[in-house]
Amino acid sequence: MNAQPLSWPVVMILSLIVVALAVAPLLLIRDTEFGGADAAAAQAITEVNPDYTPWVVPLFEPPGSETESLLFALQAGLGAGVIGYFFGWQHGRRQQRDR
Amino acid sequence: MKRWQRWLIVSVGAVLFLVFEARPAYAMHIMEGFLPPLWALFWFVVVIPFWVIGVRRLRALISDTPEVRLLLGFAAAFTFVLSALKLPSVTGSSSHPTGTGLGAILFGPWVMSILGSIVLLFQALLIAHGGLTTLGANAFSMAVVGPWVAWLIWRSLNGRAPFWVTVFLAAALADLTTYVVTALQLALAHPDPVGGIGASIIKFGAIFAVTQIPLAISEGVLTVLIMNALQTNAKAELEALAVKGIRP
Repeated sequence: MNAQPLSWPVVMILSLIVVALAVAPLLLIRDTEFGGADAAAAQAITEVNPDYTPWVVPLFEPPGSETESLLFALQAGLGAGVIGYFFGWQHGRRQQRDR
Repeated sequence: MKRWQRWLIVSVGAVLFLVFEARPAYAMHIMEGFLPPLWALFWFVVVIPFWVIGVRRLRALISDTPEVRLLLGFAAAFTFVLSALKLPSVTGSSSHPTGTGLGAILFGPWVMSILGSIVLLFQALLIAHGGLTTLGANAFSMAVVGPWVAWLIWRSLNGRAPFWVTVFLAAALADLTTYVVTALQLALAHPDPVGGIGASIIKFGAIFAVTQIPLAISEGVLTVLIMNALQTNAKAELEALAVKGIRP
């Protein structure tokens, strides 16, 4: 579990790679809405198996894409909050120890 | 959770399913209702042993090393955030990373099967993303196969390959295989009338696995960055885990 920490230029480059991987498709591919791969799969199922009808529906479904994006933002926000708390807590503990 | 509580949840769920009528619904992973009942059941049967052992390992981990509880929450939160991020990909579709590689490296695949399944349950219940009937299948791909792939790569390469390469490969391939398994699960349940399962594998593979390639690379790099941050910020926890040995 021990390795040299990455130097800050390496961290910067790696961060840029992550951003570039998300941005590149937006710039390179036109004429698409980037719908979910799951929706594409649902369509493929109907092609392969035209008689198939889903036999259950979700208990709760967001009424529209706005509410759905709200819930996804909430999910990401909550998770990011926990991650931020974790690093803040560790930072505080380290400062306490150093003093 | 007591046995009767578990049964209560299962039976309430079953009643609710009967009440709701079938209509198409789209969400990521395998969508609610898109696996025939027998296949849905099959994947639950497959995944339940992993949950049983996972809960035991999780309890043992918390009682042996209580200091890692916060790190456990952190690993769960990482999966939580990453599976909320739907990223555009080269196929013109969007998909999201899984974040299960990090937890598998830290705590082993058994514990991760619980953390990953909790995230899937949350998404199925609140966002209609995935589904309750397909939870077994989705948990198998994301919370079982992904973490095991990460852990096997981690165990076999750690010490032999550079640390950061190992972390990258473990996380990226866990992400990718999750969606390869999803494609296989759909192909098994929906074989092509002409080409059979093989043609279906290609069809669903093209949708899920190809979309996932750039995302898997992203997740690998992101996991390297997070691991780097943990090395400076959570050294004590990492050492506590490594000293006790990360069990499978």
